[in-house]
This record gives sequence, C-alpha cells and structure tokens, in this order.
Amino acid sequence: MAQQRKAVALISGGLDSMLAAKTIMEQGIHVEGINFFTGFCVEGHTHAIRDKDKAKPKRNNALWVAEQLGIKLHIIDVIEEYKNVLINPKHGYGAHLNPCLDCKIFMVNKAKQWVVENGFDFIITGEVMGQRPMSQRRSTMPIVAKQSGADDLLLRPLCAKNLPATLPEREGWVDREKLHDITGRSRKPQMAMAEQFGIDDYSQPAGGCCFLVDKNYSAKLLDLWQAQGKRDYEFDDVMLLKVGRHIRPAANFKLIVAREEGEGRFLQGYKNQFISLLASSHNGPLVLLDGEPSAEDLFLAASITARFGQGREADWVDVGITFPDGAERNLTVKPLSKDDIPKDWYL
Amino acid sequence: MNREVLNARRLLCPMPVIRTQDKIKQMQPEQLLEVQCTDPGVMQDIPAWCRISGHQVLETWRGDHEYFILIKVGG
Ligand code: SF4
Repeated sequence: MAQQRKAVALISGGLDSMLAAKTIMEQGIHVEGINFFTGFCVEGHTHAIRDKDKAKPKRNNALWVAEQLGIKLHIIDVIEEYKNVLINPKHGYGAHLNPCLDCKIFMVNKAKQWVVENGFDFIITGEVMGQRPMSQRRSTMPIVAKQSGADDLLLRPLCAKNLPATLPEREGWVDREKLHDITGRSRKPQMAMAEQFGIDDYSQPAGGCCFLVDKNYSAKLLDLWQAQGKRDYEFDDVMLLKVGRHIRPAANFKLIVAREEGEGRFLQGYKNQFISLLASSHNGPLVLLDGEPSAEDLFLAASITARFGQGREADWVDVGITFPDGAERNLTVKPLSKDDIPKDWYL
Repeated sequence: MNREVLNARRLLCPMPVIRTQDKIKQMQPEQLLEVQCTDPGVMQDIPAWCRISGHQVLETWRGDHEYFILIKVGG
C-alpha cells in the first residue's frame, strides 16, 4: 500500500488557506494546520478588552477553519523570534510597518522545521500569484521558497499550475492536474471554489492578517521606537498599542487613556509597571503614563486625565497618581479644554 | 482525581489556547486540567481547540470577570 503522505498547511483563518488545505485533503493527503502567533495577529485581543465588542464575540478564525476542515491546528508562539523579522526586514516594509515578504519567508521556514521535527512530507500555503502587492507576486514566490529553505517542499495548491512542479507533484503524491491556476486580485475563483466545497461564512480580511498593515497601529509603533530611541519592543508594548487613546504631549512621556470600562480593567493590570492616574473627585478613565515625567509633566498629565472624565467642565478636579512602587500623590488641577490638546498629540 | 491547574489570567487569546496546548503536551491521557483565564474569548476558543485536538471539556464556569475550563486530556 502506498505510504500515507502528510502535509502541514499554514492556516491564517482566511478563505485562501482553507481552500488550499481542502484541495490537498481531497487528494487523500493527511493535512494538519499550523498557525503562527506573532503578537500582531488581528485575532482576539481588542474584542476581549473592549466591552462594546463583547456583545458580538468573535471567533478565532484559524480555529474555526481547522474545525470546518476537520483537521488539527497547532498554534505556535513566535512572539520573540518575530521581533527580528519586524525590526530588520531584509526585504523592507509594505505600505506601513508590514514586513510581508520577510514574514512569509519566516513562517514557511518555521513550517519547514516543524515538518522535519514531526515527520511530515511537505508544506502548503494559500498563496495566490499576484494577489498581494508585496509577498504574493510572481517574482517573490521563488524567493519565499528558496530563502525559507523549503524549496520544492512548498506547494501552493491555488496557483501551482503557474509554477514549476514541486516535489509532491513530481513524486505523484498529489495530482498536479487537480491543482489550480488562480492569479490576480479577483476573489471570484476562490468564491466559486468555496461554493463548490460547500464552504460559506468564511472570513475575508481586507488588507492582510495583522495589525502591521494598519496605518494607525504602525504610526503608534513608530512613535514608540522614536520615543525609546531604538527599534525594539516587548510583548506588553504590542498589546498596549491596541488599547486606549494614545496621547504624546512630549518626547519623554505619553498617556494611554482608557476609552471604556473594559479597557480600564485591562490597563489596571499594568499599574505595577507604569505610573497611573485616576480622578478622585469625579468619575473618569484610568490613564497610564509611559515614560519619565518631570513634576510639571505630571501636572499636565493630571490635567489631561481630568479632561477625559466627568469633571471636564469643572473648575478643579482631584487626580490621584499611583507610582509602580505603590506610592501615591494627589494633585488638584484645572482640566484642559478640548482646544488645549493639539491634534498632533493624538497618536 | 488530581487536577493540574494552569493560570492563564491576563493573557489574551490565543495565548491561553497556546499555553493550554503546550501544557497538555506534557500530560497523560485521562488527566484533568483546569485553565483559569480572564479573557472571555477562551470560552469559545479553548473548547474549539479541544474539539479539533481530541480533548474533552468537562465543565466551564465563570467568576467575577474570570473564566474557568476543566479539560480531560484525550488519548
Ligand atoms: S499582513 Fe502581517 S502576518 Fe500577513 S504577511 Fe504581512 S506582515 Fe505577515
């Protein structure tokens, strides 16, 4: 009996990787999914923090896809290793801070390591030629295969017919004739294929799979790098950039203002790492201060904190300041008015 | 039966799922694992992960902004 061949599919949670996996499963190959968590993935997080989003809890799309396909999913934490990809992308960034080509190379390389360690035979991705400006061009397809070290163990079922035959095709593990030749940005072929497989209710992420393609998020990350004088980050930084209103009144500090209770609860968890401010004479949001403020800066931070609470129209507001070591201070301040906060303080 | 406990409080999805997955890798079939979380997303994600991975969710319960899941490790 022929040996049962095994493939690992990179599952992002979108339709393409789902169709790629399904195409190969239809050929009798054992498929398992792999999903890499870089810290920037759009899944979860913000909806978990913000109360307003809780009414419509979102599913984790990668898990959902795996369940629809009836395959296992291995979710791998690559937060630490991903730093090097994001901070020093050999092939540069896309429109924002998205290092898509290096990211693809990195993920396929990780998948290659996984394949070797787990006795699998090849890797599949949902890439489509010409679909994304940076990472899915005809010219970049061989770069991903080569620089990831996956070479011809990397099969892209949705556009395989436009590419040279890979090892699984040459060896006859999969029938090349039953693979596809999709190109370009139109989603019609994928939608037709989804219908044929009876797949509906799939997710269609607009730009890409992570926060790095988001203009505002990238601007906040860039601001963080500028403020700390080096391109580096901790996982907590990545999380905090997704939460609250970020206001930078000066190079040496910024404020993160909770926009609602859920965010306030989340920020509470950081009170032992950051200075925090909360109005005591009126209701208002919890504010974290990131940086090293002078006494005057603290005064300004307190006036901004007052501005976002119910005392915004009051003459004076008492603001409690708590330091990471537990020390406390109270300031009585006049709330800033809306016009006192220049637009370019908002990140 | 003894149950192991995984504290995944303050972690946001999918980190609690990843921690659960990594913890279960070191456990034996039939053992029990209680996962303690603060992200409500786990109430969907951990059971979904258990379904596709062959583990059984025996019980879920909630506290004050806390969520608990009891899992029996599959074979
Ligand atoms: S959108 Fe984000 S996760 Fe997707 S390839 Fe680009 S950098 Fe990587």
